[in-house]
Amino acid sequence: MAIVRLSINGRPYSFEADLQTSLLTALRDLLSLTGTKYGCGEGQCGACTVLIDGQAQRACITKVSAVAQRKITTIEGLSSGDKLHPLQEAFLKEGALQCGYCTSGMIMSGVALLNGNPHPSRSEIVEFMDGNICRCGTYSRIIQAIQTAGKELAESGKGAKQ
Amino acid sequence: MSDTRHVKLPWEPERYELAAAQAYHFDLDRREFFKFLGAGLLVVSVLKSASWTQESGGAKARRGDSLPTEINAWLHLGENGQVTVYTGKVEVGQNVRTSLSQAVAEELHFPMEKIELVMGDTQLTPFDMGTFGSRTTPTMNLQLRKVASAARDLLIDLAAAQWQTDRQHLVAVDGKVRDPRSNRSAEYAALVKGQELTQSIPAEDPLEPAGSWSVLGQSAPKVDGRDFVTGKHRYPSDQKLPDMWYGKVLRPPSFGATLVSVDLKNAELMGAIAVHDGNFVGVAAPSSTIASAAIAAVHAEWKTEPQPSNQELFDYLKKNPAQGKDPTGDGDRFDLGNVDQAFASAVHRLQQTYTVSYIAHVPLEPRAALAKWDGDKLTVWTGTQRPFGVRSELAEAFRMPEDRVRVLMPDTGSAYGGKHTGETAIEAARLARAAKRPIKLTWTREEEFTWAYFRPAGVIDVTSGARADGTITSWEFHNYNSGSAGIRTFYEIPNQRIIFHPSHSPLRQGSYRALAATANHFARESHMDELAHTLKMDSLDFRLKNLKNERLRAVFQAAADKFGWRKRPSKPGHGFGMGGGYEKLGNIATFVEVNVDRKSGNVEIVRVVSAFECGAIVNPDNLRNQIEGANVQGLGGALFEAVQFQNGKILNGKMSRYRVPRFSDLPVIETVLLDRKDLPSAGAGECPMVGLAPAIANAIFDASGVRLRSMPLVPEGLKAT
Repeated sequence: MAIVRLSINGRPYSFEADLQTSLLTALRDLLSLTGTKYGCGEGQCGACTVLIDGQAQRACITKVSAVAQRKITTIEGLSSGDKLHPLQEAFLKEGALQCGYCTSGMIMSGVALLNGNPHPSRSEIVEFMDGNICRCGTYSRIIQAIQTAGKELAESGKGAKQ
Repeated sequence: MSDTRHVKLPWEPERYELAAAQAYHFDLDRREFFKFLGAGLLVVSVLKSASWTQESGGAKARRGDSLPTEINAWLHLGENGQVTVYTGKVEVGQNVRTSLSQAVAEELHFPMEKIELVMGDTQLTPFDMGTFGSRTTPTMNLQLRKVASAARDLLIDLAAAQWQTDRQHLVAVDGKVRDPRSNRSAEYAALVKGQELTQSIPAEDPLEPAGSWSVLGQSAPKVDGRDFVTGKHRYPSDQKLPDMWYGKVLRPPSFGATLVSVDLKNAELMGAIAVHDGNFVGVAAPSSTIASAAIAAVHAEWKTEPQPSNQELFDYLKKNPAQGKDPTGDGDRFDLGNVDQAFASAVHRLQQTYTVSYIAHVPLEPRAALAKWDGDKLTVWTGTQRPFGVRSELAEAFRMPEDRVRVLMPDTGSAYGGKHTGETAIEAARLARAAKRPIKLTWTREEEFTWAYFRPAGVIDVTSGARADGTITSWEFHNYNSGSAGIRTFYEIPNQRIIFHPSHSPLRQGSYRALAATANHFARESHMDELAHTLKMDSLDFRLKNLKNERLRAVFQAAADKFGWRKRPSKPGHGFGMGGGYEKLGNIATFVEVNVDRKSGNVEIVRVVSAFECGAIVNPDNLRNQIEGANVQGLGGALFEAVQFQNGKILNGKMSRYRVPRFSDLPVIETVLLDRKDLPSAGAGECPMVGLAPAIANAIFDASGVRLRSMPLVPEGLKAT
């Protein structure tokens, strides 16, 4: 066991854990940040996607020791106060969820995509998002939501920050 | 046509996991209700079979002490203006929390955002058999409309009494009763202040479908959508309690294995509480990491028996009828006319066999439960479509009365028919009792793939006879094991023999979205295409020639028009096909375009057009969402999903080894909604799925000349034949 120090959603966290503990277990069990979901434990479904320095990463196959000193963003840190991120708004607008269990991971992956490419084409979205599974099958709506949010971000002129 | 289909929703025999369901009677005390809910107005939906009929439909509210026992929903309007509705139905992504709120808002004339639904809590909500079979919309939606409409009538009565005027002059609008003549108005909350009023409404008398809906029939967004896009919503696997530990269960090395001996010492040395009770071995530990390590440290010896493998599956299913099952029993067999005579005189005769594999539900949230004991009382939070069924399972497992067990169902990360049973709840509760503290148990994906139940595999033999003009004269249909849902043909055929033969299943099997309707439609609609081809008739013409049902004809015509069936181009490698039918009171026709690359064997689904009709549409955008989702999920079972197993072991029980549809599998999906405001609303979670697989098989044949009769159709692409 060791003291682990992480920066999550702009806040410092320190806790005692085995350095081999996955980031997903740390977030969910130790820090009560349960917005990040377990889906497969092998980085295949994307339900646990978080941003590490703005890049999408699977928390279930990321060890806490690998992300100390890095800037971690989870779904809980995406909105600022009551103001939702444009992609969160777009998911609501397009009805891009059914059970919603994949939604956190979908939104985090989508934000990572928009960070690097504010106007992704349909095929770019499909390629980037292919590691995220929605068993309810709302893929076409998620594509639409990402494009809607891209437009919104471009119009507001500031781009995604995380 | 006369449409009596909505009257009866029979139980399908393949819901094996429900066989042990128990009837339950709910006792209520009116005073307890108001003590818990606070003063105000309470309207209760009661099954007609119950007594208390003297109150039914009466305008006078009741002030006695007893409440009827066969309650299935109720609505409370508090002095603070809060409306709370209690139903045993649950939310697993089908968006009934929203559509039921719409139903209440519509009839109560009350803002939707001020309505709260309490769902699936065995202590707070009335008994409900479960959320399955697309029953929520045809039953609960109507019942809540009736309850809300009665509450509105009662509020108008209250205002009329207070103002000493005739109720017919008053209107209820947006949470207020108003007298347009004097412009006097009163909030609902003010009208019920200090009151303890109850009324009961017979559940079975539905309202007429309304053509003048203003809230229902609209695309209301998900009521608590914000909680889902911000990660705030707590699913069952997100639940937590102070002092909670984590559980882990020891799984046998293969199906049918029995425990010979077990040594828990190493697990206990790691600080875990270990339990060996009958055939159950599990551990509880302060962290999920220690729990996993401790279960790995348990040393157990197992005795295994040889088990069937999927290579011999279809043979096995035909040769191993289920013990004690009579295939000639009610619901398992249908006979009409004289099949054998008709076959003898048929000009064209066709016999084919179709198969479907076991597939897994793969709900993205695996089974999870949090269990807590307070003395001899047990509370479990778990993701299940049957909270009351899980309560019965818990009561039975721990030999305790049901009234000491409470099951709560937080809105769950999907189920698709796969979460009807309570094994995870029982496991967590057993560990919690040993550890003397709350225990959370979340199944791993591998456990979910192995120890949940599967959609039944099956073999379907179809024989048909037709006249030269394309009239089908005889139809024989034998389904081995996959199930009897959707087994009857909707084509007009004078001579029929249709039999479901239950088999001994080598794997644990149970309900899956649309049940066997997917398999039966696959066989029937593939066979229809084969027959059309034999007769050299157009697939659509052939179907319409043998189809009288107007609702079904309408969806086939609508989908054909949108798809452009009559104007479909001839493109190398491209093929076009259709499939459709009715199931769970809905009507579907799905048309598909595929692009087959014979060199690589790659089959691309280019375009899907589904026309769907389920009576009066409750929420158009959610309906489209369900149809799109059913088609996407259906793609997996149609094209590539299959559980591989050998001698009692699942070979592909991981997300990396079991392929489910992803973004890159997504075709263009277009939906056509037929809104029949004159008909009762039906559910849409299942039916839209059944047309896709045969439409794809038929399109692949059109493109390549290769007829595929096994689902999944192309798990490794279209092989050279």
